[in-house]
Amino acid sequence: MAQVNGKEVKSLSEVTVRFAGDSGDGMQLTGSQFSDTTALVGNDLSTLPDYPAEIRAPAGTLYGVSGFQLHFSSNDIHTPGDTPDVLVAMNPAALKINLKDLKQGGVVIVNEDSFDSKNLKMAGYSVNPLDDESLTGYKVHQVPITTLTQTALKESKLGTKEVQRCKNFFALGMMYWMFSRPIEPTLEWIESKFKGNEDLIWANQKALKSGYYFGEQTEIFTTRFTVDPAKLPKGTYRNVSGNEAIALGFVAAAELSNLPLFLGSYPITPASDILHYLSKYKNYGVKTFQAEDEIAGIASAIGAAFGGSLAITTTSGPGVALKTEAMGLAVMTELPLVIINIQRGGPSTGLPTKTEQADLFQAIYGRNGEAPIPVIATSTPSDCFYLSIEAAKIALKYMTPVMLLSDGYIANGSEPWKLPNVDELETFHKEFRTEVENFNSYDRDENLARPWAVPGTPGLEHRIGGLEKHHITGNVSYDPDNHDFMVRLRAQKVAEIVKDVPDLEVRGDQEGELLVLGWGGTYGAITEAVDRILANGMNVSQAHLKYLNPFPKNLGDVLSRFKTILIPELNLGQLATVIRATYLREVVSLTKIKGLPFKSMEVESKISEILGGSNGK
Amino acid sequence: MANNEVKIDVAKLTAKDFQSDQDVRWCPGCGDYSILAQVQRVFPDMGKKKEDIVWISGIGCSSRFPYYMDTYGFHGIHGRAPAIATGLKVAHPNLSVWVATGDGDLMSIGGNHFIHACRKNIDLKIILFNNRIYGLTKGQYSPTSEKGKVTKSTPFGSVDYPFNPPSLALGAEATFVARSIDREPKHMQEMIKRAAEHKGIAFLEVFQNCNIFNDGAYAPLTDKDVKLDNVIVLEHGQPMVFGKEKNKGIKLDGFSPVVVDLNDGKHSINDLWVHDEKDENPIRAFILAHLTDSTDLPTPIGVFRQVIKETYDDGVENQIKAVTQKKGKGTLHQLLYNANTWEVE
Ligand code: SF4
Repeated sequence: MAQVNGKEVKSLSEVTVRFAGDSGDGMQLTGSQFSDTTALVGNDLSTLPDYPAEIRAPAGTLYGVSGFQLHFSSNDIHTPGDTPDVLVAMNPAALKINLKDLKQGGVVIVNEDSFDSKNLKMAGYSVNPLDDESLTGYKVHQVPITTLTQTALKESKLGTKEVQRCKNFFALGMMYWMFSRPIEPTLEWIESKFKGNEDLIWANQKALKSGYYFGEQTEIFTTRFTVDPAKLPKGTYRNVSGNEAIALGFVAAAELSNLPLFLGSYPITPASDILHYLSKYKNYGVKTFQAEDEIAGIASAIGAAFGGSLAITTTSGPGVALKTEAMGLAVMTELPLVIINIQRGGPSTGLPTKTEQADLFQAIYGRNGEAPIPVIATSTPSDCFYLSIEAAKIALKYMTPVMLLSDGYIANGSEPWKLPNVDELETFHKEFRTEVENFNSYDRDENLARPWAVPGTPGLEHRIGGLEKHHITGNVSYDPDNHDFMVRLRAQKVAEIVKDVPDLEVRGDQEGELLVLGWGGTYGAITEAVDRILANGMNVSQAHLKYLNPFPKNLGDVLSRFKTILIPELNLGQLATVIRATYLREVVSLTKIKGLPFKSMEVESKISEILGGSNGK
Repeated sequence: MANNEVKIDVAKLTAKDFQSDQDVRWCPGCGDYSILAQVQRVFPDMGKKKEDIVWISGIGCSSRFPYYMDTYGFHGIHGRAPAIATGLKVAHPNLSVWVATGDGDLMSIGGNHFIHACRKNIDLKIILFNNRIYGLTKGQYSPTSEKGKVTKSTPFGSVDYPFNPPSLALGAEATFVARSIDREPKHMQEMIKRAAEHKGIAFLEVFQNCNIFNDGAYAPLTDKDVKLDNVIVLEHGQPMVFGKEKNKGIKLDGFSPVVVDLNDGKHSINDLWVHDEKDENPIRAFILAHLTDSTDLPTPIGVFRQVIKETYDDGVENQIKAVTQKKGKGTLHQLLYNANTWEVE
């Protein structure tokens, strides 16, 4: 163990930190700065922002607590961590809400100044937890963060309120010191963020530095930690969130398909960030249209698709509900379109800022009439990039709307992403129909896709719409046999996408006692749980579905090779139901609907429970 | 504009070139036929190539319109035509995008899209086929039906007040607002031309008779004997004269329009309100729109208002150009690598 400045330096392989405070305390910003810096020093990491739906809930209340959890490591990791090692609590409410999650013997850093009678009362403490036994068993560091920030900023020209608002940077500085991270990236970030306001730049930078130096000098902290860079594969990395990766993915898809990108969207949590990101890419020719409502979001995208754009619409579950009729129109008119659903807690307005996977039925079945739509689901933030491209590819090749599912956890969480070599990304140019001879708007190619004849093309003037279409000519048809034929044809077209769906890969033994089958954002928790089970000498296999409609063609075969199938989902068993219905086999469903992702422990203990009764070893 | 060369070869087009191969299926005698005929008559002279024209509609009798035009067409879903059209126009600004819609489609279920298309000044041409009734669903009252309307869904008379479409369009900041009548083909042709020439949102309301469910709704405005006394034709820069004998006029008394008799010896043409469709101040256009509130005043047809401001679609293009000029055209490599990156060796 090394000594620096009279302080111990301990090397750790992984740490989970949670920042918690009022929703006005800037915890999300603190957390994302810590993440970005941690990514830059080369740790693997995974994050879990958890914030209330209210933008500025009344200060000091329990429901106003906002948290940001971050797991970083010198190893490959998959989740934001089940139980934090360190909790930074900016007020009593934050302590009250978060303490129960902290690891036994974990570190608590509190802003001592905020533990006044008013805040204690609001958090429901009759006795100050800093004074009684509440925190026994934890390593508690009481730091007067507010006072220290004020003292550090006494020369600032800012008002008292604004000065106090800098305290999150003081806390961040302390944590940078404690975990041996550089402060320079955040100093630069402050500089560009507050460009033009010298007073704010000075104050926030000063607060950050003061926090850092305080860590160095104070007697409160006796130990400092290092976490070595992770042994990640060689390459260039950046930190990316799920929503950012979706935006990047579609800009890339537009470049690769040589089509202009059009986004029609209405702001909704947790999808709005995609609109924000895409609105920046004007110099890529990206057009973003902030529509008057969800319906206009998708309707405008359908109009753009008719005109020959790579068209997408972004939303969350309640927005998908509103877009449903228009999705049917896209099915009927067979136009390429990607609908992106960043799932959140439902039903109705539900839990806007919390994660859930309860829109799978909606994605697969949720339209009037027989309206099949291919559905694919992302599993990690960086995966969003590739699946966005994949969604665009399917939409264009098959002339169909495609549903891309993500969720609040993936959308807001971030991880280091090994950037692809852009030359290795495959192009997928789509030819517009230009030939006049023998043109029929509902003719079919070998993929059953109809021709894309865009306005502006001479001689191909034609009409499409939501009424049933006559096979080949595309004229309106009420003929019963034609309708029967067309319904089956549309179903067949989507079913045949299976030829492009890669086989489901099974990690571990290819047959045996137990397969854990997941989809979407549960990937990390399942992977970590399976890792631990395997490390304990028990045997389990894992598979993760990205294609939910159509399923990979080997899925039935994979399922038949295992005695038990466990499906963990953040819903009441939607994939389990679809699997049962499709393959007529029983599965074990592990469900959780708390607006939070699975902890890997939860999946692990279910696996153990199942294996416990058998010869899992 | 790049459209100049286009005019040469479109000069040969005729009304017939705009007729599709589909049988027109409106009820015989329906006012929709007239609108279709006037559009087909005017379009050859618009200086647009056929392939650059798109008709978009929602749901309702009028929304079958695109099927009958041999241009590109999109029969959408109820109320959403302005939104579909907006996406098409913004993404592909070279197209001439038209919306055919009805009073239920545009004023009821599509009201939100309508006002926002107006507000944003998207370069769309919207023709409202206003028959003051739901035709396709067989005769319920619509948002433009007069109060007290007895229909299947209002057997004791409707108790709600109707929308005044030009007033709504003006209130939503539409830059071109006009009205015509199915039985006035020449006038309608003129209005379609004016709408086509307007750069920005153009809203044209056409009073259209539904002879099946609301026959005679506009009889006072179309019957030979009375129409000249009930209709005033708006002409820019001209005093507002109407009447069989051109003997009546409208004078503005403050903000109140009053009908005066030009033969009573007390009033002359110089006292009359001179129509100024370019007036930047919309107040007079609103007064015109509300002439229909009173049975003593004639119903105006013509252009209520035309003002010019940047269109949304131009705004989008200009911003893209400006940012691209400043930053340079982005590349895939920049997209991914222009970030805080680090190397793992
Ligand atoms: S119902 Fe009325 S509006 Fe519809 S086609 Fe018949 S006459 Fe025309």
